[in-house]
Amino acid sequence: MPILWSLLAGLIFGYGLVISGMSNPAKVINFLDVAGIPSGRWDPSLALVMAGAVAVAFAGFRAVLGRKKPAFGDTFHLPTRTAIDTPLIAGSALFGIGWGLSGFCPGPALTSILSFAPGALVFVVAMIAGLTLGSRTLSGSGRMAPAHNRAPAE
Amino acid sequence: MTTFTPWASLFGGALIGLAAVILFAATGRIAGISGIVSRLVPPFTDRAWPVRLAFVAGLVVAPVILAGLFNIQTGAAISSNVPLMAVAGLLVGFGSAYGSGCTSGHGVCGLARLSARSLAATATFMLTAIATVFVVRHVIGG
Repeated sequence: MPILWSLLAGLIFGYGLVISGMSNPAKVINFLDVAGIPSGRWDPSLALVMAGAVAVAFAGFRAVLGRKKPAFGDTFHLPTRTAIDTPLIAGSALFGIGWGLSGFCPGPALTSILSFAPGALVFVVAMIAGLTLGSRTLSGSGRMAPAHNRAPAE
Repeated sequence: MTTFTPWASLFGGALIGLAAVILFAATGRIAGISGIVSRLVPPFTDRAWPVRLAFVAGLVVAPVILAGLFNIQTGAAISSNVPLMAVAGLLVGFGSAYGSGCTSGHGVCGLARLSARSLAATATFMLTAIATVFVVRHVIGG
């Protein structure tokens, strides 16, 4: 059952990315191009994607956390780290550069796989390599507990 | 040039939020795509990988089902510059793993949980993404 719910969540997430325009790199880059504001070329759509997603998640998470545990599982897996440290900021900064260069973040890149566009396929393969390298670098930095009991990243 | 799509974007965003809530209510896990994908690669830290794989499968096939059922196309304009996309993919992957999250984990779930860590991460990647587009479009390309 948790597998079916997870599949459903993935489908709805993917629908949301496509319907909102977030899966289109051109739309993402036009949102990030704030220099286009004076000329009217700026596309503010993605601010509304964020607003809609955060509003629903804010209300939904509160409702869910009113329960003792998830429907299929013993406990909620929430991030436990609170420090605003160098890996958080350096990693996020690098992520933003890649996002700005391509218009892709991980979710939209996955929704583009079945388009078989060469740029999308290359991006996903490189992203998985980068994720593996990044996780190892972070565990190696000693800022994470050993793999078997480490907190889930967000 | 893309056009402003306020209602579609707000509705699509609400669906993204709903998906995150469904995953959290069912499995107790945060819908951070970078975290989910990175845990599909060994070494496995727990036994939840079938659940993660199901989520990723849903994401991957969603556009095809939308196109088939409702004739909704992504209309995605994807760069065909392969070296650029390879570098960007590496940066996105490495950065989101090292920074413990991406647009979904920090930008949606983290902000919705009022996490200061996620707010710092989101502000950082928005700033560097905006700066990158500025340099590519108006300094190099200008």
